[in-house]
Amino acid sequence: MTSETVTVYVDGDPVDVAANASAAAAALQAGLGYTRTCPITDEKRAPYCMMGICFECLMVIDGMPSRQACMVKVRPGMRIDRQLGPRKLQ
Amino acid sequence: MNETAECVVIGGGVVGSAIAYGLAKRGVKPLVLDEGDGAIRSSRVNFGLVWLLGKGDGMPAYGFWTRRSADLWPAFAEELKAYTGVDTCYVKSGGLSYCLGEAEYETRSEIVNRMRAQAENDPYEACMIDRRDLVRLMPQVNFGPDVLGASYGPHDGHVSPLNLLHALHAAMTKAGATYRAESPVTEVRPSGGRFEVHTAKGVVSTPKVVLAAGHGTNALESDLGFDVDVLAERGQILVTERMAPVGLLPANGVRQTAEGTFLIGTTNEDVGYDTSTTPQAGAVMARRAIRVIPALAHARIVRTWAGLRTLTKDGCPVYEESAQYPGAFLATCHSGVTLAAIHANDLTEAIHSGKLGANIEPFHSTRLRAQ
Repeated sequence: MTSETVTVYVDGDPVDVAANASAAAAALQAGLGYTRTCPITDEKRAPYCMMGICFECLMVIDGMPSRQACMVKVRPGMRIDRQLGPRKLQ
Repeated sequence: MNETAECVVIGGGVVGSAIAYGLAKRGVKPLVLDEGDGAIRSSRVNFGLVWLLGKGDGMPAYGFWTRRSADLWPAFAEELKAYTGVDTCYVKSGGLSYCLGEAEYETRSEIVNRMRAQAENDPYEACMIDRRDLVRLMPQVNFGPDVLGASYGPHDGHVSPLNLLHALHAAMTKAGATYRAESPVTEVRPSGGRFEVHTAKGVVSTPKVVLAAGHGTNALESDLGFDVDVLAERGQILVTERMAPVGLLPANGVRQTAEGTFLIGTTNEDVGYDTSTTPQAGAVMARRAIRVIPALAHARIVRTWAGLRTLTKDGCPVYEESAQYPGAFLATCHSGVTLAAIHANDLTEAIHSGKLGANIEPFHSTRLRAQ
């Protein structure tokens, strides 16, 4: 474990997290609750397996949709946002 | 274990299941003998089109057969949904084949004109449409600059092929068929006007057998006096993440499913029974899809897969009764999804009555051996 921290922005709010945390861990630490809604049923979903298998943790990271937040390491200033509904083709 | 059955259908894919459902509806209780999850099963890996465009070039009977199935599809989808609760997600949307550049537009026009000229009462009613028509049909889609137009068929549509297979299995068993997985047929022995169907688990004696075994056909057909030879052709598919629906009409290279994924295809490869995917083919398919709809460049690919088409030498279906062993029928085709509706109706009616009539005669395999 490291005592180093970085500041990231979870749905716009700054939060200090361990420098080796994943974006999904940062969202959980920030108490975000659900991190996306299902594109089919609109159900609320949150990170589950935390190891890249279940795809429940898809979030918008630095503007890029559908990233697996559990597989992305934080970096200073990272924007980690909820992904709501289906991604748009644009 | 030895048992008897009124009829045995060998194969539980979309072809065998549609026939078994049709037979069960007519009061027969067929036994469906199927392989397991490890089978090479085209029913599970296909693009899900209900498709007329390009079918039966040089064989108008196939065009009319396909058109009749497309006409039966709306009621068939309703029937399956009402009977089983499974929605096949069928939409008679009309279908497209995009033309990138002048040369493709010319080639496509020639095909449409040639096929229209082959048959009186043109079954396709296809036409060429230009870029402005495409934009009018699909106002939410931004097409790439190379898209000059497309051929358009009003009777084409699409369906969820997995839901279709599920619905057919539910329907046939509800109607009285018995389905048995993990029961590959090893041999069929004609004997005294009946058939002994052998599996590892026992022998079934039946007066009527329907061979609808897809890629399993070749290993069994000579037992029943057939000589068709089903060929394998690989097709690869890219699958994107689910995205918001954009009102895209299905095309033979790209469609958006009811769940929102884009399916991007495909290849035509002669590689035997190899079902692996290749990055080279993926790159070619993705490049073309992006030329049609540039925004797809940002879509995330979540899966790739490959399936093996079941083809005869001329690409058209074969339906026939064995001359040597009456009571034995064979059905094989490339388009088990498109033809599911007619298989459960006209084809089953013929097999049930024991007479393959004038509408089915053109599909006899003698044409494959004639030069």
